[in-house]
Amino acid sequence: MYNMTLPWWGWAMMLVGLAAFIGMLIISIRRNHGVKRSLFASPYILWMILFTVVPVILIAYYAFTDANGVFTLNNFRNFWDSNYESNKVIMEAMGELGAAYISRGTVNVDTLVYSLWMAFKCTVICLLLGYPAALFMADRNMKLGSTLVVLFIIPMWMNFLLRTIAWMSLLEDNGLINNFLRWLGFEGVQLMYNSEAVLLGMIYNFLPFMVFPIYTVINKMDYRLSEAAADLGCNSWKTLYKVVMPLSVPGVISGITMVFMPSVTTFFIPRMLGGGNTMMFGDLIESKFLVEGNWNVGSALSLIMMVLILISLSILRKADPNGEGGGIA
Amino acid sequence: MMKFLKRFYLGLILVFLYVPIGVLIVQSFNAGKSRVKWEGFSLRWYEELFHDARIMNALYVTVSIALLAMIAATILGTLAAIGIYSMKKRPQALMMTLTNLPNTMPDIVTGISLMLLFLFTKVERGYITMLLAHIAFDTPYVILSVLPKLKQMNKHTYEAALDLGATPAYAITHVIIPECKQGIITGAMLAFTLSIDDFTISYFTTSPLIQNLSTLIYSAARKGIEPSLNALSALMFIALLILLLIVNHRTAESK
Repeated sequence: MYNMTLPWWGWAMMLVGLAAFIGMLIISIRRNHGVKRSLFASPYILWMILFTVVPVILIAYYAFTDANGVFTLNNFRNFWDSNYESNKVIMEAMGELGAAYISRGTVNVDTLVYSLWMAFKCTVICLLLGYPAALFMADRNMKLGSTLVVLFIIPMWMNFLLRTIAWMSLLEDNGLINNFLRWLGFEGVQLMYNSEAVLLGMIYNFLPFMVFPIYTVINKMDYRLSEAAADLGCNSWKTLYKVVMPLSVPGVISGITMVFMPSVTTFFIPRMLGGGNTMMFGDLIESKFLVEGNWNVGSALSLIMMVLILISLSILRKADPNGEGGGIA
Repeated sequence: MMKFLKRFYLGLILVFLYVPIGVLIVQSFNAGKSRVKWEGFSLRWYEELFHDARIMNALYVTVSIALLAMIAATILGTLAAIGIYSMKKRPQALMMTLTNLPNTMPDIVTGISLMLLFLFTKVERGYITMLLAHIAFDTPYVILSVLPKLKQMNKHTYEAALDLGATPAYAITHVIIPECKQGIITGAMLAFTLSIDDFTISYFTTSPLIQNLSTLIYSAARKGIEPSLNALSALMFIALLILLLIVNHRTAESK
């Protein structure tokens, strides 16, 4: 029903890889008289090479080549100045006079800055809303933890596109909120097609990703530490500030990662709630690939995105020097 | 008083999370097609749902991929977590960096990179490529839910089991896996949830012929969503609630 075509060398490579893997496994079993536990990771290692490492290399390949596969840096010039090519043509045709007619196309850089700013706001608000929620969920006196986890998960089972569209029916000019305001006798307000609506949609979609990791860390924390702090004279604020919060840093970092990443590049939410007025970096990358068909510039933009995110992550890691969050973040 | 405030706060957050879902469910019972005007109660959209081949097909694709990807990712990820946990420091750090890579890559980049892989290897995009992509993005989440449990475990429990005569395999199935069971379940649930809800990666790794619910909704979003899609979500929501109630009831009884 679903046909799969792979060139012969693709199959050959897969076979060689599999044979090498089995060989490694046999050698290791012989040497250690049993399976070494670290070998449990080997199927995953193979999988990861094929579906993570190779695809990333492909992006890098397209980012540094032109349409003919020749090495070039022009795709990155295009990021800085989207008029780069047309400007070159003008300058060649008009010589010195052309300088008056060219301008730098800033759309790519502007979009990136705007996306980073939106993602930053979304992450901060999610943290402020989510940390107390996670803390209260993990509260041993509440005895609600597991039920609440389920309650936070259920909305995520509803398709997020439909949930976002549901927000549209709330926020529209003739939507439920505006109808309610009019019924109360107020004027309607423009709630949709602006950055705030996009931000609301992002917070709505990503809040659970902030709550879960923090909840997991706090819940597994040794509660006797808080009791000890209380016994030693800390009031509940001080216990929170001196004991619980430092220990929950790995969860917070993990949460920040899980919220920040998707919010920089989301392209459905701005398209729906922003109505195309607010283009984000994800929109830009998607349209480079699927609308303009320009894989090379699209790959360059993706690569820039990845590098920026890796840099911000390594800064985040500094906040967690013990690498405790390494397991989650 | 504090307890009341805490409950109140959690309640507010839950209201925020559930309001759009409530709207969705109410819309699915609306006789008219309008998103905001109530034209009377009707089950019309539920009837149309079951006669809509496109929706039923997309439902099948979504659920089957989520289940298969969840199973594959849970096995692959749990094994990987145990493996990574017992590695020496250097390879462990490398593995963690590589495991974090797909998580740190935005969905759209993951989707595009996989699309490039499939185009490059001339694998036709469709059901299988979507499934492979889902396993690929699910697995790190399983690893990242299991690893913290392993780290919180007492290191010597495993060694004690070996000293007491357990074979490594027995020690893993009877000591390590029960100890991080909660992490495995969380990971599997997360994988299923992410897979069901995924739009971006599916969008880039499938053809327009094989659609899951998300890509179907996306292509319909511009023309206006069929209320039968709301009806479907409402049904899935209720099915899930019932399932959870049964599970809760069972665990309560067994206690």
